[in-house]
Amino acid sequence: MTKYLGADEYRSLPDPKYYAGLQDKELFVYDSGYESFGSDRRVQIAREIEDTALNQSEKVVACAGYYTDACYESVKVHSNGFAGSKKSASFSVGLEVTVCDDKECRPNDFDFKTVRYIKDIPDHKKIAIASVERAFSKIGQKKIDSGKYDMIVENRARTRLLNALAGPMRARNIQQKNSCLEDKLGTKIGSDKLTIIDDPFIEYGLGSRLYDDEGMATRKRIMIEKGVLKSYYVDNYYGKKLGWEPTIGGSTNSVYEYGDKSLDDLIAMMGTGILVTGFIGGNSSASSGDFSYGIVGQLIKDGKAVHPINEMNVSGNVLDLWPKLAEVGNDPYTFSSNRRPSMYFKDIDFSGV
Amino acid sequence: MSEMSRRKFIKTGSKGIALATIPIIFRANPLAALMAPGEGVNGLKDYYEHFGVNESIINQVMATALEKGGDFCDLYFQHRITNNITLEDNIVSRAFTDVALGVGIRVVREDQTGYSFTEEVSLKAMKEAAKTAANIASGNKTINSVELKLHETPSYYNIDTRWEDVGIDSKIPLLQKINDKMFSEDKRVIKSQVYFGDTNDYILIATSDGRITYDYRPQTYIYAVCNAEQDGKRENNYEMLGGRMGIEYYTPESLDGLATRAVKNTVDLFEAVKPNAGEMEVVLAAGDAGILLHEAIGHGMEADFNRRGESLFADKVGKKVAEEFVSIVDDGTLPNYRGSLNVDDEGNDTEVTYLVEKGILKTYLHDKISARHYEVNPTGNGRRESFRHRPIPRMRNTYMLNGPHEKEEIIKSVKKGLYAEKFTNGAVNIGAGDFTFYLKTGRMIEDGKLTAPVKDVNIIGNGPEVLKNMIMVGNDLKINTFGGTCGKEGQRAPVTDGLPTTKVSAITVGGVSS
Repeated sequence: MTKYLGADEYRSLPDPKYYAGLQDKELFVYDSGYESFGSDRRVQIAREIEDTALNQSEKVVACAGYYTDACYESVKVHSNGFAGSKKSASFSVGLEVTVCDDKECRPNDFDFKTVRYIKDIPDHKKIAIASVERAFSKIGQKKIDSGKYDMIVENRARTRLLNALAGPMRARNIQQKNSCLEDKLGTKIGSDKLTIIDDPFIEYGLGSRLYDDEGMATRKRIMIEKGVLKSYYVDNYYGKKLGWEPTIGGSTNSVYEYGDKSLDDLIAMMGTGILVTGFIGGNSSASSGDFSYGIVGQLIKDGKAVHPINEMNVSGNVLDLWPKLAEVGNDPYTFSSNRRPSMYFKDIDFSGV
Repeated sequence: MSEMSRRKFIKTGSKGIALATIPIIFRANPLAALMAPGEGVNGLKDYYEHFGVNESIINQVMATALEKGGDFCDLYFQHRITNNITLEDNIVSRAFTDVALGVGIRVVREDQTGYSFTEEVSLKAMKEAAKTAANIASGNKTINSVELKLHETPSYYNIDTRWEDVGIDSKIPLLQKINDKMFSEDKRVIKSQVYFGDTNDYILIATSDGRITYDYRPQTYIYAVCNAEQDGKRENNYEMLGGRMGIEYYTPESLDGLATRAVKNTVDLFEAVKPNAGEMEVVLAAGDAGILLHEAIGHGMEADFNRRGESLFADKVGKKVAEEFVSIVDDGTLPNYRGSLNVDDEGNDTEVTYLVEKGILKTYLHDKISARHYEVNPTGNGRRESFRHRPIPRMRNTYMLNGPHEKEEIIKSVKKGLYAEKFTNGAVNIGAGDFTFYLKTGRMIEDGKLTAPVKDVNIIGNGPEVLKNMIMVGNDLKINTFGGTCGKEGQRAPVTDGLPTTKVSAITVGGVSS
């Protein structure tokens, strides 16, 4: 097959100098308890999640309880000198629950929490109870008028807005002229509240690793500091194409500078606005920075939840969004390698009625 | 991890293909290499030989699978060869082949499933896997030997040459031709990527109710991505081709057309604006917008969601859900379309299943478990990503039949609204019924005329509401041969969809505040 492929001068293993400097750190990503975690216990957890949720109310119409664990082990050897091996495990519990109201709505909620060590698996019954409550809190959801609103994104909501930022930071998109952040290194792209550090060495971290997929030794790296773009995600291949030093192909653990306010404090700060608790669908363009996503959440007035909302979109452009970040919470979401806190943005476009 | 609850519909593309930056990975399976199937594998005897099994071996595995009292079991043998090739910066320097071989063993007891698979197709390994799957039951049972009867199937995807007999040297020039055409088409083009993929799938299915059947399934796509620049502004868009086709489908004309459309889709974005946010009349253009049917009604009609009471459609069968001129089908039989199947992944015949017939909600999409539950015949919607996955009810090719209106008449009827043309992805929240689909390009409609181009907005609605609000349906049905890849419960399935020009009276469009 290779004889038919075009010659590509950039297609080669990393320079061995990038293998050097491997940290001698225990990352605590493999719990040997994995080996003795019995099937009975797995089934019991999933059943208990389901039973707990179903027993909350007769209006819980469906529930699926999940338990998942996995162990990964890999050995990597390169012909130009790299050799390494790693082993990790993860444990997840979660559920998807559907409740019904008196009308024709069946709101649902889901939760899925992943950890590295058995001791850190959260109380699965509490997760089930909380999810049922969240599903009930969506009863009566409706859309509100289109317009500009302040927005709080809850920490556990999916990372869509962050992905719309990370995509254009990838070397591949920059080299392929598909990035709205090309030529933006060293410039301010967000407010002072936005600081993102790529930290591969967090103990128990879901993205922790000593070397990356290409064998390059990982380092702690500031990606964005007080709104200033400091670094791109540069892998070996596209780094060569761009003539740049590689950094890392993709994020390891994304760590944010946290604030001192809880989610409740942020909500209390907000006069009228929208608390986004989840995203549905939507997409973004790495080249223009435009994004548009469906959302579910709560309408907030005078710092209090008024009613649940759904069937609305949030739209904008990455370059306009991050300067509007007004506050970050003190609540990093540790069940993901993207440890984002809740975030408060000013004047964001929502479409509804 | 909301993937767990959202049925995502991903167009195969920059997000859909796992493109390794590693030059070549050939996950060689020694057995697969020995077999070198090609055109020679045609009848049941060939398939037995291909997988190294026979009726007696299958019977022994089934006996183990059912020894604890399962109601029925099936064995799903699969040999899949997938090739992916990428052109970037004017050269093809990346190619990727994946060979998968194995057997999945399913044991069903009432509505519970025990599932296990093995990548070693030996009697010993299969019996071990069968033992694991059998654990869904906990009794004791001895079954009589199953007499396997060959189930003949139609041929919805005849092709000239099987993909494994087409060398990479025949494929590379196709990518280069598209690349050259894109650059010669418009000076504003600054980068292009072309992705090519093909799949050969050999399937052998044996069920404990005595059916044995087999299938060869080809699949291919070409995906052309264009990046363009004008006055310091950059845009990116794409176009694709594909289906259950052979290489003969890629004619010089079809490749040129693909390149031309990829460029046009991209440069048109320079003129595009974001619409004002809010509810408005939306005219869905014929073709691409069929993704709306997939999200708004298709998933909600998959029988598993209804059996579990999660779907908004759970108690609506037989009731009026749309205007009399609205009929929506899920069709497994369209020749060479991406979602077609000669036989589903449980060995059932496929068909044209009516979800909505003349405005009345008709039939759920069933797999064997749900068909048993509802005491109806299976509809041929039991699908699985591979031998590693259990079958679940899935869509195939989903589209709306022609209605009574003319396209021009529909556009003319709109005072202020949106004409929605190209979409990239969608999602649905089954219980609440909210669904979204992402509009890549469209036009505004003002006083019955198409005006400013628009781009990059999400459209969000409620499935049953939108069905009710389809107030005009055109007579110009267009179905894409290549749709996309649907994700459900962690399993991917190739599907496509289509639609005639359709007007929805009110739906929420993302955008900016006026």
